[in-house]
Amino acid sequence: MDDLRKKAKELLTENKVGVVIGYGQGSSGRARAVFIKDPDKTDQLIFNDKCVQDLALYLSKAEVKKMGKMAIVATVPVMRAILVLASEHQFVSDDLVVLGLSEEGKYVPLDDFKAVEEYLGALNIVLSEEDRAMIEKINAMSLEERWNFWQKEFSKCIKCYACRAACPLCYCHRCTVESNQPQWIPVAADAMGNMEWHIMRAMHIAGRCISCGYCAEACPMDIPLHLMTYTLIDEIKNDFGALAGMKADSEFALSHFKLDDKESFII
Amino acid sequence: MSKENIYMPYMMRIEKVIEEAPFVRTFRLKFENEEEGKAFEFKTGQFGEYSVMGAGESTFCIASSPTRKGYIECTFRQTGRVTNALANMEEGNQIGFRGPYGNVFPIDEWKGKNLLFIAGGIALPPMRSVIWNCLDLRENFKDITIVYGAKSVADLVYKHELKEWEERPDVKLITTVDPGGETPDWKGQIGFVPTVLEQAAPSGNNTIAIVCGPPIMIKYTFPVLEKLGFTDENVYTTLENRMKCGFGKCGRCNVGKVYVCKDGPVFSLKEMKQLPAEY
Amino acid sequence: MIMTTENKILKKESFSTLIDKLISDQKKVLGPVKNGDLVDYALVNAASDLTDDYILTVSSAKSAAFPKIEKLLSFTNSKEGSTVTDVDFNNLPELVIVGARPCDANGFAALNAIFTWDYKDVIFTKRLEKTTVIGMSCSKCDDYCFCTSVGGNPGSTEGSDILLTRMGDGNYLAEIVTEKGSKFYEAYSMFFEPAGDQAKDSMLANVPVKFDHKEIVSKLDGFFESEVWAEQSMRCIGCGACAYVCPTCACFDIQDENKGKNGVRLRLWDSCGLSLFTLHTSGHNPREVQSQRWRQRILHKFSYMPDRLNVLGCVGCGRCSRACPADMNIIEHLSNLMEVKK
Repeated sequence: MDDLRKKAKELLTENKVGVVIGYGQGSSGRARAVFIKDPDKTDQLIFNDKCVQDLALYLSKAEVKKMGKMAIVATVPVMRAILVLASEHQFVSDDLVVLGLSEEGKYVPLDDFKAVEEYLGALNIVLSEEDRAMIEKINAMSLEERWNFWQKEFSKCIKCYACRAACPLCYCHRCTVESNQPQWIPVAADAMGNMEWHIMRAMHIAGRCISCGYCAEACPMDIPLHLMTYTLIDEIKNDFGALAGMKADSEFALSHFKLDDKESFII
Repeated sequence: MSKENIYMPYMMRIEKVIEEAPFVRTFRLKFENEEEGKAFEFKTGQFGEYSVMGAGESTFCIASSPTRKGYIECTFRQTGRVTNALANMEEGNQIGFRGPYGNVFPIDEWKGKNLLFIAGGIALPPMRSVIWNCLDLRENFKDITIVYGAKSVADLVYKHELKEWEERPDVKLITTVDPGGETPDWKGQIGFVPTVLEQAAPSGNNTIAIVCGPPIMIKYTFPVLEKLGFTDENVYTTLENRMKCGFGKCGRCNVGKVYVCKDGPVFSLKEMKQLPAEY
Repeated sequence: MIMTTENKILKKESFSTLIDKLISDQKKVLGPVKNGDLVDYALVNAASDLTDDYILTVSSAKSAAFPKIEKLLSFTNSKEGSTVTDVDFNNLPELVIVGARPCDANGFAALNAIFTWDYKDVIFTKRLEKTTVIGMSCSKCDDYCFCTSVGGNPGSTEGSDILLTRMGDGNYLAEIVTEKGSKFYEAYSMFFEPAGDQAKDSMLANVPVKFDHKEIVSKLDGFFESEVWAEQSMRCIGCGACAYVCPTCACFDIQDENKGKNGVRLRLWDSCGLSLFTLHTSGHNPREVQSQRWRQRILHKFSYMPDRLNVLGCVGCGRCSRACPADMNIIEHLSNLMEVKK
C-alpha cells in the first residue's frame, strides 16, 4: 500500500491529478470512499477485505469530475468497470490515472488502458465459488421455482435504488424508471413492480456486468441481486463469446449485430 | 368528495375549453356536486391539485376570481404526463380538483393604494385571479396598471381579456412582446417586460406591485422596481415549486423551513429575500 | 422518564403464548423475524417466528401507520366521467407491533406531527389508532446507536403502549404506559403477573452520548450556505436507503396506477435524496447536486422540523448509517457539524 500512497502523493504534489479516489477507514470497521486533494492526506488510503465498494461509480459523478483529472485506486472490478466505461465512450486513456491494486493489495502501476487490458488478460477471472454454487442452484430450478424464488426476494425490495446508485455502469442521467411518458416501470414497491425493475436493470446491464457484486452489497434488504446479473454473464459469454470489461474498445453483444450471430431462437 | 380523506378530489365537469396560446389552455370547471359548488370558497392567490384519474395530479393556481361564483378556472401549458392528459380532455369531460391550498394575496391591506401588476408569459394566470378580484372591487383601489408581456403575440394568454382591460377607462394596460415576437399588425410595445416597465416608470409611492413571471424576468424586474421607489414590503410575487400534496406533508416544496404550499405561494419581496437560494 | 401507570411481569413462556393468542384472536402481529443474516419486521403466524437475536431490525416500524404503498382512492373511468371511490379506513385490522425498540416507538411522534399538522391525514391517524406498540428495551447497542444524543434512551417508554424489559431471569418487566396499553392489558391480563421491585436500569444498554441535539439545532440556524455539505456528501451515491429505513422520514409521492378503465391513486415512499425529488417540469431543479439534497436531509430533521413542528426528526436509531452503502455515518456528520465554523 505504501507504494500506492507514494504514487498518489506524487501525482497530487506534481499537480498531475486534481483528486485521488480511493478507500479510506470507515465507521465500525467498514471502508469508505475517500477523495484526496491534499498530497499530505494520502496516508488515508487503505486496502483490506472491507473495501468492496466499486469506486468507478464516482467517475461519472459531476461533483467529482469538477475536482480535476481523476486518479482512481483500482481493484480488478474497478479496472473492468473503467474499460466498460471506455468502451462506451465515457473516457479515453488520458482522462484517468489508474492506480492498480492486485487481489493481495499490491500496487500495480498501469500507464494507460492498454496496460490495464494486458494486466486483466493475464488473470483468470472467475466468479466466487459461493456465487457459482448459488447460480447453479437457481439455474437448476424449474421456471416456477425460479419465479417464486425471485418473487420472494423482491417482495423485500423497497425501491430505494441503492443497487442502481451503487453500480458503476448505471450512469444514465435519466434512468428508464424516471420516465413517466409512458411509465415503463411502476413507481410503487410491490412484488410485481419490483420484479419489473430488477429484470429491466438486469437486461440493461447484460453484457456489461463486471461482477463487482456491489449492487447486492449496497442493498439494505440483503437481496442477492448480483445473482440476477451474474447469470446473464454466462449467457452472453456462451452465446456471443464476450466478457465485459476486458478491452477498452469492446463492442457489446446486445448492441451490435454481426452477420454470423446465432438466430436459432428466432428462426 | 369525502371531507375526511384529504386526498379525495372534488369531481369537476369541464364547462368550457379555451385555447389561449400554442399548448396553453384554460378550463372553466363546474362542481359536479352542486351543494359542494355552492359551499366552495377560496381567496385569490390560492392553488389546487388538478387531476386526470389515471394520469395523476398537477399543481396550478386557481385562475378565476373568488368574486365570480359557481365555477373555477385554471390555465395550464402542456408539458408533461398530466398536462398532456388534461389537454386531451374536452368540454363535458370530468377531472378531479383538490383545494384550495396555500396562502392569499392580502388585498384587504391594499385598499386605497395604486396597484401595479407585472406578468410575463404563462405567469399571467395566477395574476389573473387577483387582477379580476381587484377589478371587481374597483372602488377599493386607486390607479390600476397592468404590464404584461410574452415571447410573441401568439404566446399572449387571455387575449380576449387583454382587450377588455385595454378598453376599460379605469385600467392602464401595457402589453409587450419580445423583440422579434411582433406581428405586422401588432399595436402594443416591443421589448422585454423589465425594459418596458422602466420606460413606463410608474411611481412606487403608495403603490403595491404584484409580479409574476419566469425567473429571468423576475431577476431584472426587481431592480427596476427598486429604482422606481418600491419598498420590499410593497412588492408581492407568487412562487412556484414542485408540489404533490399541497398541504405540507410530502416534503417536496420546501424552501428552507418555508413550505411554498402553506406559507406561500404568495410572498412579499421582504419574505422572499429571507428565503435561502433553494427555489 | 414518564411515570408508568402499572408494572407487571410477563413470564418468558407467557410471552410466547400471548403472541399466539393475539394471532388466534385475528390480530395482525408485526415483529422481528430472522431471514438469513437479515432481521426485519414481518407479519408472523406464530410466536416461534419471532427472533430476539438482534440489536435493531433493518427497517423501522413506520409501515404500521405509514406503509410503503397506501391506497388513497380508487376510480373507474368511462366516457361519461370517472367514478371515484374513497378508501374504507374504518375497517382497518388491529395491528400489534411486538419488539419495537424505544427508538422505533419514538418515531411515531414525529410522523404524527407531520401527518396531523394543519390538514389531518385520517388514513395515517386511523392506522395508528389501530396499532398497539409493545416495545422492547435494549440490553445491547452498537456503534451506530445514538438515542441518548437525541433525547431518547434504551429503556424509554415514550411511544410504547406497553414496554417490556428483559430481566436477569429471562422474564419481562412490563410497564403499562398508555390508556391503549391499559386496555390491552385488561384484555390479556391472564398472561401477566404482578411485579415486585424491578431494577430496570441495570438491564439497559449503555448508549454513550455523542453530542447534544439542542446544541446542534441552535447551531444549524444559518448553516445553509456552509461548505460542509459538499464535503460531507461527496461519497453519497444518491439512493433512498436512508430515508426508507428511517422511522421518522415521511416524504411521499402520489401516483396513479391503472389497468384499463380501473385504477387507484397511491401514496408511496419517496426520498429527498433522490435527484428527481424537486425537479420541475421545466427542467429546473432547485436541488441539482447531492450536497444540496444532503443539506436538506439534515436541516429538515434537525432544524426545520424542530422549528415548525416542535419535534426532532431523528430518534437516534442509526439505521440510516447501517443501511448506507457509502458509509455516510450520521453520528460522524453531526459531530463534525458541531466542530465546523460556518
